[in-house]
Amino acid sequence: MSYYFVVVSPTDTPMFEYTFGTSKAGGSGQAHFRNGESSRYMNQFIIHAAIDVAEEVQWLSPNMWLKVIDHYAPTNSHISCFMTGTNVRFMLLHQPGGPPAAAGSRTSTLSSSSIAQNPLSPQTDEAIRQFMTEVYEVWVKTMMNPFYKIGDEIKSPAFRARVAAAGRKWL
Amino acid sequence: MAANKSTRQGEDLWKTRVEKVNAELVTLTYGTIVAQLCADYENDYTQVNQQLEKMGYNIGVRLIEDFLAKTSMARCGNFRDTADMISKVGFKIFLNVTPTVTNWTADSKSFSLLFDENPLADFVELPDDGRAQDELWFSNILCGVLRGALEMVQMSIEAHFVSDILRGNDTTEMRVTLLRMIEDEMPPEDD
Repeated sequence: MSYYFVVVSPTDTPMFEYTFGTSKAGGSGQAHFRNGESSRYMNQFIIHAAIDVAEEVQWLSPNMWLKVIDHYAPTNSHISCFMTGTNVRFMLLHQPGGPPAAAGSRTSTLSSSSIAQNPLSPQTDEAIRQFMTEVYEVWVKTMMNPFYKIGDEIKSPAFRARVAAAGRKWL
Repeated sequence: MAANKSTRQGEDLWKTRVEKVNAELVTLTYGTIVAQLCADYENDYTQVNQQLEKMGYNIGVRLIEDFLAKTSMARCGNFRDTADMISKVGFKIFLNVTPTVTNWTADSKSFSLLFDENPLADFVELPDDGRAQDELWFSNILCGVLRGALEMVQMSIEAHFVSDILRGNDTTEMRVTLLRMIEDEMPPEDD
């Protein structure tokens, strides 16, 4: 599974982005998007398109956790969204599959419901929800830093490190 | 023995005589002040440190009266007692922390306060402009508070931070040095 995580401000500017791969089931923590190099802008493009969906879905649920809201079939990418009280969106693009070489040897040991294989299983949903909740806590602390100007890009290395840790822990 | 007594005094006062406010209110208010000073002085952190120290001084010269009223403390016998009182009673009742008093010099005129926790600095990350980490003492107001408070009880001291966890140091340490006892009471300087 490969992941691309973005924090989008209420005015639709990206405040933070982070690309990573799964660390579960022998994953290296590196992203291996199937669309290779072009994933760097394709992922941004897909997320940007999903913001529209988020704006519709947000009214259907009282929860901050909006689950998987969008799917981009050509790269088999799924987009999950968590929306804070101030309309800041945590968007996570997740794409199943690992590095091609290792894929064959690993599939046999993984059940079809593991988060590496099935992006729509309840386990995946729960793992991402846990990840989002943890990021939310860290994010609130970052907002409380008096030297952080609301709306600015989040440059804090501590924030990045803790998002990375949450990614390793849950995804 | 004396140390235990002041610890207990501090605890009792904290429980019975002190009005509490939300810690985040204090943290965010102080953080905003520092951030605003940094903006006003265009990130001249030496100036910011000085201003914080002055603000602290002006707080300290008043706060000592409140401290004495709340605690009804008698005069300290020596500077070691004073240090004990600052840590176990002063910081306890105003910030609910008890910094460790340590690193005394042989002549008992200089000591360090080690802060395990610092409620002023919760949530704070210093700006990453490459200078703040080396120049800004975020909690410098505390130095001024001590200087102001002790000046009103006839002790001229000098206080400064030597390390801060915010800068990536392992500890937050303030160095306090007794310069002299003020024999004749002077009018406080007008900062």
